[in-house]
Amino acid sequence: MPYPLDVPAAESSDPVWSEANLREHILLEQTWRRPPGIYGWLTATNHKDIGLRFIVTAFIVFLMAGVLAFIMRLQLAVPENTLVGPDLYNELFTVHGTAMMFLFAVPVMEGMGLYLVPLMVGTRNVSFPRLLNYSYYIYLGSVLLLFVGFFLNVGPDVGWFAYTPLSGPEYSSGKRVDLWSQVVTLAEISSLAGAVEIVTTVFKQRAPGMSLNRIPLFVWSQLVTAFMIIFAMPAVMLCSNMLSTDRLAHINTQFYNPAEGGDPLLWQHLFWFFAHPEVYIIFIPATGFISTIVETFAGRRAFGYTLLVLSMVATSFIGFGVWVHHMFATPLPQLGQGLFTASSLMITIPNGIQFFCWIATMWGGRLKLTLPFAWVLSFFLIFTIGGLTGVMLASMSIDQQVHDTYFVVAHLHYVLIGGAIFPLFGAFYYWFPKWTGRMLGAKLGWVNLALMFIGFNLTFFPMHTLGLLGMPRRIYTYFRESGWAERNFAATVGAGVLGLSVLMFLVNVLISRRSGLLAGSNPWGASTLEWATSSPPPSYNFLHPPMVRSGHPLWFDPPDTPVVTGLALEHREVLVTTTHDAKPHHRYHMASEAWETVALAVVTIVMIVSVVFHSLAIPVGLPLILLVLAIWFWPTKETKPLKDPNRLRTVPATVPMIPDPA
Amino acid sequence: MAIKQRKLELGVLVASLALVTSCKREDRPFQTSAPSAEAIQFTRMTDFRAGGPSISGNQPSPAMSADETPEEKEFEENAYMVGEGKRLFSAFNCVGCHAHGGGGMGPALIDDQWIYGHEPAQIFCTIIEGRPNGMPSFGGKIPSFQVWQLASYVRSLGGLVPGDAAPGRDDDMHGGPPENSAPNQKPNDSSLPKSAEMPK
Amino acid sequence: MIAAATARWATLADNDFGVTSGEWVRGTKSVLDPAGPQSGRIHQLFLDYFWLSVVVYVLVVLFVIFAVILRRRRARWTGPILAEPAPSREKLRGWLVGLATLATTIALFFLLAGDHAAGRAIRSLSTDNALKIRVTGHQWWWEFRFEDEAPSKIFTTANEIHIPVGRTIEVELHSPDVIHSFWVPNLHGKRDMIPGHPTRIAFRADKASEYWGQCAEFCGYEHAKMRFRVVAEPEEKFNAWKAAQLQSSVQPATDSQKKGQYVFLHTTCVMCHTIQGTTAGAMMGPDLTHLASRKTIAAGSLPNKRGHLAGWISNPQTIKPGVRMPANSLPPDQLQALLDYLEILK
Repeated sequence: MPYPLDVPAAESSDPVWSEANLREHILLEQTWRRPPGIYGWLTATNHKDIGLRFIVTAFIVFLMAGVLAFIMRLQLAVPENTLVGPDLYNELFTVHGTAMMFLFAVPVMEGMGLYLVPLMVGTRNVSFPRLLNYSYYIYLGSVLLLFVGFFLNVGPDVGWFAYTPLSGPEYSSGKRVDLWSQVVTLAEISSLAGAVEIVTTVFKQRAPGMSLNRIPLFVWSQLVTAFMIIFAMPAVMLCSNMLSTDRLAHINTQFYNPAEGGDPLLWQHLFWFFAHPEVYIIFIPATGFISTIVETFAGRRAFGYTLLVLSMVATSFIGFGVWVHHMFATPLPQLGQGLFTASSLMITIPNGIQFFCWIATMWGGRLKLTLPFAWVLSFFLIFTIGGLTGVMLASMSIDQQVHDTYFVVAHLHYVLIGGAIFPLFGAFYYWFPKWTGRMLGAKLGWVNLALMFIGFNLTFFPMHTLGLLGMPRRIYTYFRESGWAERNFAATVGAGVLGLSVLMFLVNVLISRRSGLLAGSNPWGASTLEWATSSPPPSYNFLHPPMVRSGHPLWFDPPDTPVVTGLALEHREVLVTTTHDAKPHHRYHMASEAWETVALAVVTIVMIVSVVFHSLAIPVGLPLILLVLAIWFWPTKETKPLKDPNRLRTVPATVPMIPDPA
Repeated sequence: MAIKQRKLELGVLVASLALVTSCKREDRPFQTSAPSAEAIQFTRMTDFRAGGPSISGNQPSPAMSADETPEEKEFEENAYMVGEGKRLFSAFNCVGCHAHGGGGMGPALIDDQWIYGHEPAQIFCTIIEGRPNGMPSFGGKIPSFQVWQLASYVRSLGGLVPGDAAPGRDDDMHGGPPENSAPNQKPNDSSLPKSAEMPK
Repeated sequence: MIAAATARWATLADNDFGVTSGEWVRGTKSVLDPAGPQSGRIHQLFLDYFWLSVVVYVLVVLFVIFAVILRRRRARWTGPILAEPAPSREKLRGWLVGLATLATTIALFFLLAGDHAAGRAIRSLSTDNALKIRVTGHQWWWEFRFEDEAPSKIFTTANEIHIPVGRTIEVELHSPDVIHSFWVPNLHGKRDMIPGHPTRIAFRADKASEYWGQCAEFCGYEHAKMRFRVVAEPEEKFNAWKAAQLQSSVQPATDSQKKGQYVFLHTTCVMCHTIQGTTAGAMMGPDLTHLASRKTIAAGSLPNKRGHLAGWISNPQTIKPGVRMPANSLPPDQLQALLDYLEILK
């Protein structure tokens, strides 16, 4: 029997405590909060801290890469422009692509997952908190390496895809490509660590009763994405490191040298084996956002939960079997390419199923047209175009005409911006109250959405035609008589509007942080567990970790659903449950902050950056890493597991899961 | 917390902006300003000339004009220029006599023996003027800009160019360690070629 | 900046090359303007995919928009959330989702079959009596060698080819340096030229016209300006062109032309370029034997006019920064003589 949740906005964000709970709250807060001062800030392990750091850093990367794109558009606004020469232009589009794909899109999705998944599954932190801290610094290192490199004129200039032999030792002089390769290495280490966190947390730390078929759709999307990361990222680490060894002094391998038995096509296979799943790594979390937002604002559970989950899984599987569609113009055997046309067309089916389920949810519910929902509606209008041009590109024959033209640029931006960024902004508007306790401004929000919608379409729609008119990609200028000038000019104007809309978002964030409407714990009336605690959540997430009896606990679970008590208050402890049915299994003593994580991150970054210049960095750096690892993992008394089955019990809730409104 | 984060990162960015001009290795100095139209003056040291007699003829002159000696450091520490030198070394058939540095009809370039000097300006003169016993004079045939590129590459063959600017391996059949893996050598300017030795 | 851009925008219709549009380019370089069987087939397939996509898009958008219009929560929401949706309606929705999925799958099969058929048709162009051309992509220009069984009938040219209308052309694609891509949108899809992977495609032009080709794989600094012209003309005109190309270079007649040839052979030009019939035989740069017969220079970047040629020779880096050809400082009288000579190389 669902109980009313449309609570009016709270007058204050602070929850109301009874005396017993207050004592628990104080003890828990002391145990779980970050140590004070700069030490605590550096060694932070709380998933909310680090998740927000990922999101904020990724957003800064988004801004910087967006500025680079705007400069590119300024150069292309008129034919034969001399604003930017070919060398700088090559660096611009390479750094734009590398930053957006490796350093913004994946980390921001991971950041959202790291913040929200532990809350949604009802636990206190991710499984490996210190690994989390380490992974953030690695990510920061890769961001700094790329952008500092770019400002020092050693930014990569061979495209984010860095095809050999252009990126090989003979045709790319200097250290630019080596730097790119290590940026990729650092970014992948960070993403892999995040993926491991998500998988373990979702499988082992769910609230009791949250069996697999009660896991929220957002959590499923993060889980599927994490597995994709684990299987895809090693391919690009491998091929970029092989390129490094081809280029580095004293190693001089021949992986991509056809004269010595290597093959430039090897690069393409390995790279695209990673890079196609990469775009699904970016897109599937966005489908998680959409499922969540559609559910909440349609006021009903999503139609076809099983179908939606299986579609995400199917997309991820098939996504590993379509990479050759990026290579349709190469002289690969036609029969093989035909198979990839089939698989690339096939991947439309699970995607389509997701669409149909969402539309069915909307038709079967009562829609509340809020801002987050409006962003999701924009997704429907924009991503569908991208998906359909994707179907065209899946055809080997059509692709042979439009491959490597602005048609592909239009397609990729329609699916990435329409399919990932619009839902991401919707997710920002949706979860900002949870992160900060305040709502984002609605008026500014609608202007933000309108400007972004108009700006985006004005920028990228003309590019479809440009591609069909023969305009190739990655050109720093074009000729006056080509007939491409008007559409390029329109695209530049659109880029300006797009930039303006992002600025509007920033302004909205800055204003709302100080003076937005107070949010309370569940301003949207949503159903998942993160809304069962205060906004922002306390460091320990839930006073008493919840138990769930349905997939929409805040909607369908009775108010007297038990909660978990008995977890230790003086040290960090979480409940570990079984994978399938989430039955309580044991209590796990979670690690607290340690300086070793920062030290290891520093050593790793120094080693990887030095590899750009000299291969000796590896034999010198690895022992250091092993040393720090040994210190980190040296067994201490603290880490022995506690198993005391008598202490652990569940009791009927003494407070409702969310505090009463004041 | 998030704001502090942003300030820290902005600070780093600003600091690095200040270092914008510091990485000479990675410049791509395309010669977009026109070079002077006057042919450089030089003394031809041999009758061997690439491609036949030059138009500029023989103008005796003791030294090169000042603006023809650009900062050698700029070229040498510039990976693009050394890489271009490598491309030209094959294209202009230096490999015909010097192989890929191992020598043949011409002396080896990967050793530490420099008959006519190892300084960039000296190598420049060797290429422009030619040398006795078979080194053709390329003056008037290869523009000075490219001769400087060749000179930096020749120095990299002899291990005199910093490792991170020297080129890596070719996309060709493997001949020997590439220039960036060659050991740095101390040049020895005082050897006489075998052909110049008095017969015993 | 804005003023400059608007000024440029205002003059977009004219160009300052001193030639009319008609001479500079004829026909739009476009996928949507096919002039041969393969590009025609792809165009047809594209239209099929396109119209199906339009239908799908309209359907999706209509469903979404109508959901918002019809199922919107109008009153201020004060009551409880919807309980479990009505089972019969859920079942109906289930059937509809299933139907939509089935329709999608069937449509995709049709698309796959269409692509498969188009692919087979494109690849099955008869190569009887094909004209064979060996294309080598360089950074950043095109080398074309017209093959023939008789070695004396083989000739090399650069950046511009003529082909007979209605006859199959078989191009063999090579690259000695980085990956390029051979693409003439009006005639055929693109094919990458990968070092170590020589490949061939066959196409045919069915309309007499001039077509642009462009490198379509990022290959370095001047990828943007690596174009080539394909002139499709009737068989007789093609044979005349071919006969002229097979000739050795025109010998200089006037004093100025003789001086120009002398300049060519005794300064930097001879180190990289070939002119048949002279001692210039280097293969680093394009073959200039019939330079004056081409409409453009610098891989389609400039019209082949005296002023542009002068600028290109003096400093190609101002036109194509990063290009392999160096700046050449020639005294003015030598430059003029050289231009006089180059102009006779038809």
